[in-house]
Amino acid sequence: MAAALRGPGARFRWRQLASAGGARGAARGAAGQWDYDLLVIGGGSGGLACAKEAAQLGRKVAVVDYVEPSPRGTRWGLGGTCVNVGCIPKKLMHQAALLGGMIQDARHYGWEVAQPISHNWRKMAEAVQNHVKSLNWGHRVQLQDRKVKYFNIKASFVNEHTVCGITKDGKETLLSADNIVIATGGRPRYPTHIEGALEYGITSDDIFWLKESPGKTLVVGASYVALECAGFLTGIGLDTTVMMRSIPLRGFDQQMSALVTEHMMSHGTRFLRGRTATRVRRLPAGRLQVTWEDCVSGREDTDTFDTILWAIGRVPETKSLNLEKSGVKTSPISQKILVDSQDATSVPHIYAIGDVAEGRPELTPTAIMAGKFLAQRIFGQSLTLMDYDSVPTTVFTPLEYGCMGLSEEEAVARHGQEHVEVYHAYYKPLEFMVPGRDASQCYIKMVCLREPPQLVLGLHFLGPNAGEVTQGFALGIRCGASYAQVMRTVGIHPTCSEEVVRLRISKRSGLDPTVTGC
Amino acid sequence: RPPEDREEVRRRLMGLIEGNRVMIFSKSYCPYSTRVKELFSSLGIGCNILELDQIDDGANVQEVLSEISNQKTVPNIFVNKVHVGGCDRTFQAHQNGLLQKLLQEDSAYDYDLIVIGGGSGGLACAKEAAILGKKVMVLDFVVPSPQGTSWGLGGTCVNVGCIPKKLMHQAALLGQALHDSRKFGWEYNQHVRHSWETMIEAVQNHIGSLNWGYRLSLREKSVAYVNSYGEFVEHHKIKATNRKGQETCYTAAKFVIATGERPRYLGIQGDKEYCITSDDLFSLPHCPGKTLVVGASYVALECAGFLAGLGLEVTVMVRSVLLRGFDQEMAEKVGSYMEQHGVKFLRKFVPVMVQQLEKGSPGKLKVSAKSTEGPETIEGIYNTLLIFVISDPCTRKIGLEKIGVKINEKNGKIPVNDVEQTNVPYVFAIGDVLEGKPELTPVAIQAGKLLARRLFGAASEKCDYVNIPTAVFTPLEYGCCGLSEEKAVEAYKKENLEVFHSFFWPLEWTLAGRDNNTCYAKIICNKLDHDRIIGLHILGPNAGEVTQGFAAAMKCGLTKQQLDDTIGIHPTCGEVFTALEITKSSGLDITQKGC
Repeated sequence: MAAALRGPGARFRWRQLASAGGARGAARGAAGQWDYDLLVIGGGSGGLACAKEAAQLGRKVAVVDYVEPSPRGTRWGLGGTCVNVGCIPKKLMHQAALLGGMIQDARHYGWEVAQPISHNWRKMAEAVQNHVKSLNWGHRVQLQDRKVKYFNIKASFVNEHTVCGITKDGKETLLSADNIVIATGGRPRYPTHIEGALEYGITSDDIFWLKESPGKTLVVGASYVALECAGFLTGIGLDTTVMMRSIPLRGFDQQMSALVTEHMMSHGTRFLRGRTATRVRRLPAGRLQVTWEDCVSGREDTDTFDTILWAIGRVPETKSLNLEKSGVKTSPISQKILVDSQDATSVPHIYAIGDVAEGRPELTPTAIMAGKFLAQRIFGQSLTLMDYDSVPTTVFTPLEYGCMGLSEEEAVARHGQEHVEVYHAYYKPLEFMVPGRDASQCYIKMVCLREPPQLVLGLHFLGPNAGEVTQGFALGIRCGASYAQVMRTVGIHPTCSEEVVRLRISKRSGLDPTVTGC
Repeated sequence: RPPEDREEVRRRLMGLIEGNRVMIFSKSYCPYSTRVKELFSSLGIGCNILELDQIDDGANVQEVLSEISNQKTVPNIFVNKVHVGGCDRTFQAHQNGLLQKLLQEDSAYDYDLIVIGGGSGGLACAKEAAILGKKVMVLDFVVPSPQGTSWGLGGTCVNVGCIPKKLMHQAALLGQALHDSRKFGWEYNQHVRHSWETMIEAVQNHIGSLNWGYRLSLREKSVAYVNSYGEFVEHHKIKATNRKGQETCYTAAKFVIATGERPRYLGIQGDKEYCITSDDLFSLPHCPGKTLVVGASYVALECAGFLAGLGLEVTVMVRSVLLRGFDQEMAEKVGSYMEQHGVKFLRKFVPVMVQQLEKGSPGKLKVSAKSTEGPETIEGIYNTLLIFVISDPCTRKIGLEKIGVKINEKNGKIPVNDVEQTNVPYVFAIGDVLEGKPELTPVAIQAGKLLARRLFGAASEKCDYVNIPTAVFTPLEYGCCGLSEEKAVEAYKKENLEVFHSFFWPLEWTLAGRDNNTCYAKIICNKLDHDRIIGLHILGPNAGEVTQGFAAAMKCGLTKQQLDDTIGIHPTCGEVFTALEITKSSGLDITQKGC
């Protein structure tokens, strides 16, 4: 309810109410006019959540999902990016890398592990893939349980209420629905202007499904996907290089981003900054020769790799939808679907959620929540709008980075340097002490308004288990926590998260922010 | 403006603040400044005044001053080095007596404050008082355990509590990680052994560095540290006895008792000769071998847990319930996870006799125990007997009776009012010696700091003992904040509560093939107060890390609605709280199937 009241005005709410009434009317008055009350295009996190919620509300729902194989031929099952080629396999491989670190730590804690220690990609990949397949299966079962009809077909619009689906072997099906939700997500972008990029490169669509170790790898890009992949590849012992044109983790707090890459560098990931790849060639032995250019000097350089992974961004899956038939408008720049605060597109009964919608954070839990709320609104169960502000997230780089709310730059831009107080600390996790791990990048900062009671604007945490640490604080910040309230919270000893409630040193004071002692 | 210049201004200002009993930064035309000046002159107190509008670099001085005091405006008043605030705050302080307190100087004593006990709470209090410019002494002396174990500065937490315990817990977790790592593709020789000696050396080295760090930080803050046993001899006077038996007496205006607790023995035949406690375990030079843990407090279960995790055969003998005082549903789940992972439990038994069968490191002990419910007795043979029954506050041998400080005769705890003051007005107490307060390091630290600020600074904030989060580092960690379900029912009645709960399966556990439907989360909401969350419990990996932030949110009055409105961080364990849908009262199935 609170979210609805915070919405950008009564106009939308009024229209939403009318449309909810309309939907009820259609179901009652024109039963049978459409095949379904709701058709969801795209079986990713957001689409499935929306479909299941609508089914729960007693509606007749169908989901269509189809995975176009990647240029390398990789394909997968139901569940979308997160489950198949995103969060899930990524975090599992990140965990594999962390376990490598723990094997090293274990010696210091008395465990006698004999050398040599090696990593078997094939074994890890198989385990990860099996887990993903079990999740695909789980999604199928859940849809069945909730009586959601599932079609493994590639959908395109015929008109604003009808979609045509084509199966793998070319059979066509027509599906019509009162309401349609587009949740087709996005796919990695290929730099097609670079010679050899498409033929020889892979993307995050492929890396988790490789049967064999990628070997010496060049990761191109500076997105969180790029850094996460480079991080776990390094962690399992592969020679890994990241090539980026400008800054890492654009949009994130830059001080934190710099610490993330600094940590990766000190743990063996090589960085080529200010460089762009110009061509990829295949050498007779099968290795890839990559040539790049220094953005400033224009000087060319080259090296050979076994694998080149493009992680330069994602494109929304809107091209094959035949959107012009439906009248749904997209942004000419991003190709994403334009939506209002109700998640409605330019056509009132067609909605878009998740990565395909313009201006939305590309995050699984956001899409899930948006999908649920949307189903509730369409079918008149609530008016709650999705609040896309201050969404917490975590980057699973070797040293994890959790954040919530504004970056320091953004806070200063919005409120002015004079009105922002930043509390910060370099801390050392207890578990790092015994194995003598380097903690120089374990850092926390809390960005607050300067005026009492010093409302918290953003929290940034770099260290082990950052996701777990950030989650609860995210909630506190949503509840309007002030610096004083956070400081009044008693710590849990000994944890890393207690360092957050012990942040005493402001940046302005110029004092040393290194935590000493207990 | 160059930074050296700023530093110079800062030094000059600190000189003025530290060198004057009352220092007023003012502007000559400011009516508020005039009011403050009049107040002090009406009290007959001389003060030093710097008119910022009449000096060359006034604007710059004001800027630096605002960094020092976090106050931008004038007047800006410091009394005895303590920042009081502006005009309103000064008048307020005058009205509530704070100003008079700040102006007082008790020069008749050797020290402004003597803290007895150099544990977390005592040290925090001493350091804070020293920061506020007071002359402070800390007396700390560790009486060796019956097994002869002794340790350095820092108290229980650092030496024989949280720190070594969490490190050994980590050692056990790493054992699990080694096991998991094979499933994640790591390959190495199957044969992995654990060396107790290596672990103890590493842990003790770390503790040694912490002991040293504490000494250093006391020295930096000019707190006098005396490694002697403190005992009151008369009002405001304490006798300090060092290891060699030399006695010295010190006097102080105020005292803080922060002596903490020590484990109690069973009082049965053979216990002090042959058994060890948490005082000894963390520095035990040899592997304890097959171990019987007596007791089911959180420390007992934590130790049993990590010993089993290191591959030892462990049995826990429990008189009645597990984790008394904690939510019993959670406690039982903690216990059953341990049981599934190789810890044996002997419930409703108490030991009656311990005999030594063989000497050695470790030796062999025969333990006889009897049922608490009937005449049944059992015997068992163990290498080590580890006792965690109860702890006694160190309050009976510090001369409290000489100055009339009351203790609870039954349990030795010290009753205090809401400002940690004992019945003797100049004597205060913090930490584990307190009656009815949580025995947790961060609580003691918070209480100690706030106490020092109230005693010597211009602060009035009291320590809030409500909604204190804590974590139990058992093999499956347990984090909680607020009330247990039992306490909640007692306080609010069952019909006014709604309990939401769920099992969850950490992503990292799936590949490793570890138990599904084991990790568990629950929240207790008060239906009469907007479904406000009054209890939050989680059983799972990194429970401590997860709970902390939620505790901060509970400080802000977290409701179920706000929890539902929060977006999860995927994939984490903490996100389970943002998706709790099933109420306990519905009786619906909470086992997990999909993502």
